[in-house]
Amino acid sequence: MIPISAYLVVAAVLFGIGTVGVLTSRNLIIVFMSVELMLNAGNLVLIAFSRALNVLDGHVFVFLVLTVAAAEAAVGLAMLITLYRNRETVNIDRFDLLKW
Amino acid sequence: MTLDLVIFLISSVVAVFGATMMITQRNPIASVLFMILSLLAQAVLYIQLGALFMGAVLVIVYAGAILVLFLFVIMLLNLRGRESLGQPSPPISLTVKYALAVLFVLELIMVVKSSFSSDVFADAGNPGVMVMQTDNFGAVNDVAVLLFQRYLYPFELTSILLLVAIVGAVILAQRSRDDDGPVDAASSGESEGKAAE
Repeated sequence: MIPISAYLVVAAVLFGIGTVGVLTSRNLIIVFMSVELMLNAGNLVLIAFSRALNVLDGHVFVFLVLTVAAAEAAVGLAMLITLYRNRETVNIDRFDLLKW
Repeated sequence: MTLDLVIFLISSVVAVFGATMMITQRNPIASVLFMILSLLAQAVLYIQLGALFMGAVLVIVYAGAILVLFLFVIMLLNLRGRESLGQPSPPISLTVKYALAVLFVLELIMVVKSSFSSDVFADAGNPGVMVMQTDNFGAVNDVAVLLFQRYLYPFELTSILLLVAIVGAVILAQRSRDDDGPVDAASSGESEGKAAE
């Protein structure tokens, strides 16, 4: 019998790795995938609590989060293609038009 | 050491390893492949938690569709990890970022520990996880009943979300007629269009 806190710690570590990826990576694609990793860490927490409380609602939430992640990936990759077409780079420091 | 514990340890170590390699790779294709490895290990964790259907969805939809879309875009843009990514951040900036992330993880772990040392979950019964019980918890019919009864309207709303995503992706990625993009790419696209006709 594995306590639920073990799963929560794994999810926290995965979320932390995603945070490091977003903060430190200079490649647009890796930043994008780190966001997906953070979503997945949240999903793992939902599944773990769903098991611990013996209700299935968490599975439905995970289903909806996966839908949102798919939509986000489609739109985000389209934006990435447009950005690459205009700047010919995936260096995230080059996309600073809104920075002041 | 039971089999459950062995499976949990192996899959959590593989998940964390894949995630770590994902953010440290220079080549984005290798990065996507390590992300897929991490997702497969997370699917094992899902199945161990009884979420059979969600584990299958994670492998089929996430690893099979979304990350393959990532691979497709990376290969379409012909990124090989040799592109210039500009100046690396100064060490003080990197140190602050890593310190923030480590502090954040430690804080999350402290929250987990403190919540479970008190009896927050006393009313909910045993907060421990029974691994792979014989009942069909998390099987597809139970999830479907909940999804199509209590959560019917949120489920229908996701169809609007997907429609918006389709329209947005098409509009964002299409090349406008008077676009001053690279000439060779535009002409090759036109010739391909004529060949298709």
